[in-house]
Amino acid sequence: MGRLTPIDTTYFKDERAGDFTVIGSAVQRSDARGHVTGRTLFFEDLTPPGLTHVKIHRSTRHHARIDRVDVSGALEVPGVLRVITHEDVPNNWYVVLRLIGVGPDDEPVLAEDRVLYRGEPIVAVVAETEEAAREGAARVVVDYTDLPAVLDVEAALADGAPIIKQAGTNHFVYEGHPCRRIRFGDVERGFAEADRIIEGRYSSSPIEHAPVEPTGCIVVPQGDGRLRIHSNTQAAFFTLDNTALILGVPPTSLRVVGGTVGGGFGGKVDVIVEPLACLAAMLTGRPAKYVYSRAEEMQVSSTRAAEHIHIKDGVMDDGRIVARQVTLYVDAGAYSRHSPYGTTKAAAHMPGPYTIPNVHVDCYCVYTNRTPSSAMRGFGVTIGDFALESHMDHVARELGMDPLRLRLKNAYRDGDMKAHRKIASGTALVEVIQSAADLVGHDLPPEYRAMSSAERPEG
Amino acid sequence: MPSTIVTLKLNGTERELIARPSTTLLSALRDTFGLTGAKRGCAQGGCGSCTVLLDGRPAVSCLIPVVTVDGCAVETVEGLADGDRLDDVQQAFVDHFATQCGFCTPGMIMSATALLNREPAPTRQDVTEAICGNVCRCTGYEPIVTAVLSAAESRRDGAAEGRHDSAAERRHDGAGERHRDAAAPLSGKAAG
Repeated sequence: MGRLTPIDTTYFKDERAGDFTVIGSAVQRSDARGHVTGRTLFFEDLTPPGLTHVKIHRSTRHHARIDRVDVSGALEVPGVLRVITHEDVPNNWYVVLRLIGVGPDDEPVLAEDRVLYRGEPIVAVVAETEEAAREGAARVVVDYTDLPAVLDVEAALADGAPIIKQAGTNHFVYEGHPCRRIRFGDVERGFAEADRIIEGRYSSSPIEHAPVEPTGCIVVPQGDGRLRIHSNTQAAFFTLDNTALILGVPPTSLRVVGGTVGGGFGGKVDVIVEPLACLAAMLTGRPAKYVYSRAEEMQVSSTRAAEHIHIKDGVMDDGRIVARQVTLYVDAGAYSRHSPYGTTKAAAHMPGPYTIPNVHVDCYCVYTNRTPSSAMRGFGVTIGDFALESHMDHVARELGMDPLRLRLKNAYRDGDMKAHRKIASGTALVEVIQSAADLVGHDLPPEYRAMSSAERPEG
Repeated sequence: MPSTIVTLKLNGTERELIARPSTTLLSALRDTFGLTGAKRGCAQGGCGSCTVLLDGRPAVSCLIPVVTVDGCAVETVEGLADGDRLDDVQQAFVDHFATQCGFCTPGMIMSATALLNREPAPTRQDVTEAICGNVCRCTGYEPIVTAVLSAAESRRDGAAEGRHDSAAERRHDGAGERHRDAAAPLSGKAAG
C-alpha cells in the first residue's frame, strides 16, 4: 500500500509506539466494485412478486384540530387495497430515543385529533400500483380547524405563547429543568472584572440532507410469519426495536436487511417509513413499499435544526476571555426525534475548546410547528461551532487582535479544568493552529510559536 | 391507449417488452429487465442517477416513455464491464475514490462514458459540463472529475499502444474487446 501523505506523529511520539501500516495509506473501499458495476443492491432494487405501494395523505396545515377524516374517496380508486389510520396502529405514540430512556413518547405514527406541522402523515393508502396509491391518498378528505401556529423558537418560549405540546411546555424538560445547563465559576463576577463585554447573536436555517436515494423500505412477509424489512436506514437496530414496539410484536418477528444507504448524512436515522410499511404488509399479507417522493424527501423528512445562539463574553484587553454566557435554542420542530439529544450535545460542546474560568450555558430544545428536525452530521455541534468561531473572530476584530493569537491565548491545555468539570487531556489545538498558520504563511511572534498544549504560560 | 410491444437494443442484445404508454424507460430497465444499475433518485429528471446512453447520448431514463424509443440502442452501467474486467471509467472511479455511497455512481459513469466516447481528450471544463446534470451529495465532485480525466488518459494510452479498439468502434460493434490497459489487480490496489 502506498502512503498518500506521511503523518507527522512527533507530538504524539510517546503515545504512538506501534508500527502503523494502514493509517496514512490508501486502502480500497470494499464496496467500490459493486458501486461502479451497478451490482450493489439498494433496497429499491428488490422487486418482490405482489408488491404493494404505500402513499400518505399529509396535513396541509401548520397546526390544526382534525374535525373529520373521510377515506371513502380513496377506497373507490381502482387498485386501492386498504387505508390505514391511527386506529390501525397498535401503539401509535413513540419517540425514537425511548430506547435510551428519553421521554415522553410525543409523536404519533399517524395523526389523531391534531396535526402539528404541514406534511404530518394522517392516512396511509396501500394500493396495487404507485399511481393508485398516490391517487387514493389525494382523494382522502380532512376537515380542519386551524389553531395558532408557533414558527419561531424564541416566540415559542415567550409568555402567552400557545402551548402546542401535550406535555404542557414548548420545550423539552431535562431532569426538571427547561434547558440543558452548564454552571462553572461565576459568570456575573467575570463580566464585572472584564475590561470589555462583547456580545453576538447567531442564527441558522434548517438544512435538508437531500440524499440522492430517497428514504424508504420494502417489507416482505415471510413463510414463517416474520417480516423481512429491506431498508436504507442508518440505524438498523433503532428501526428494529422501535418498529416492534409500535407494532406490538416481539423484535424477533422482524428482520432488518440494510447497511446499503444511498446517502444518509443523518437523515435516515429516524424511524418513519418502516412501521407503516410493516403494517401495510401485515394488513394485506403482501410485500409493501413505502418510499418518499423527491418532494417528500425535501419537504417532510427531518432537517438539521435551525438554531438561535446568543453569546456574551467578558474579555480582557490582552485577549483573555474571563467569562462566557451562551443561550442556545434548537428548533426541534413539531416532535422530539433526535433533538433532545442534539441539544445535549450542543451543551457538551460549549464553551468551545477554550479555557474560560466563568461559564454559564443554557441550551433549549424548543418545539414549534415546523418540520421536525433531527440528526445530521455533527448535529448540535456544527451550528454551535459556527457561532463560537464566528464570535471569536468578532472578539478579535473588536480588540484589534490577530484571530489566531486570540485563539492560541485561550486554547485549552492539558490539565485545565473544563466547564463540564472534566480535566482536559490529549489537547492539540495549539499545535493545530501553529501548523495551520505555517501552511498559510501566517506570521506568529516567537512567544506564540513557543506555546504548547502541554503547558499554560503565565498570565 | 393500448399497450404496445417495444424493441430495444439493450447493451448490444435485442430485447422486447410490452409497455403501457406511461411506462418509463427507467421502469422498463429496472422492473422488466432487472437492470437496477440505473437509479430512481427523483423521478423528475433532476438528479441524473437514472442516466443511460440512448443511441450513444446520455439521457435521463425516468423522463422517457419507453414507447417513444422503440428500436433505439440503450446502454446501461451493466454493459460496461467485461465479466470481472472493469472498463477504464469504472476502474478510474475505483482508483480515485470517486464513489462513496454509490447511488449516483452508475448515472455519473454513463455521463462520463458519453463524454469520452465523443471527446477522447476532454478538458476539466468539458468534464464538469458533462456531469453537471448528475447530483452527488457525498464526494464534492472533485474525485469524480479527477477520475474521468484519468480514465480519458488511460483510454488514450491504450489506444496509442494499439491494444484495443477505439471507444467509438467498441460502442458500435459491441463485440470489441474490453480492455484494462494497466492490468492492475482489481482489488487492494492503492491509488496514486
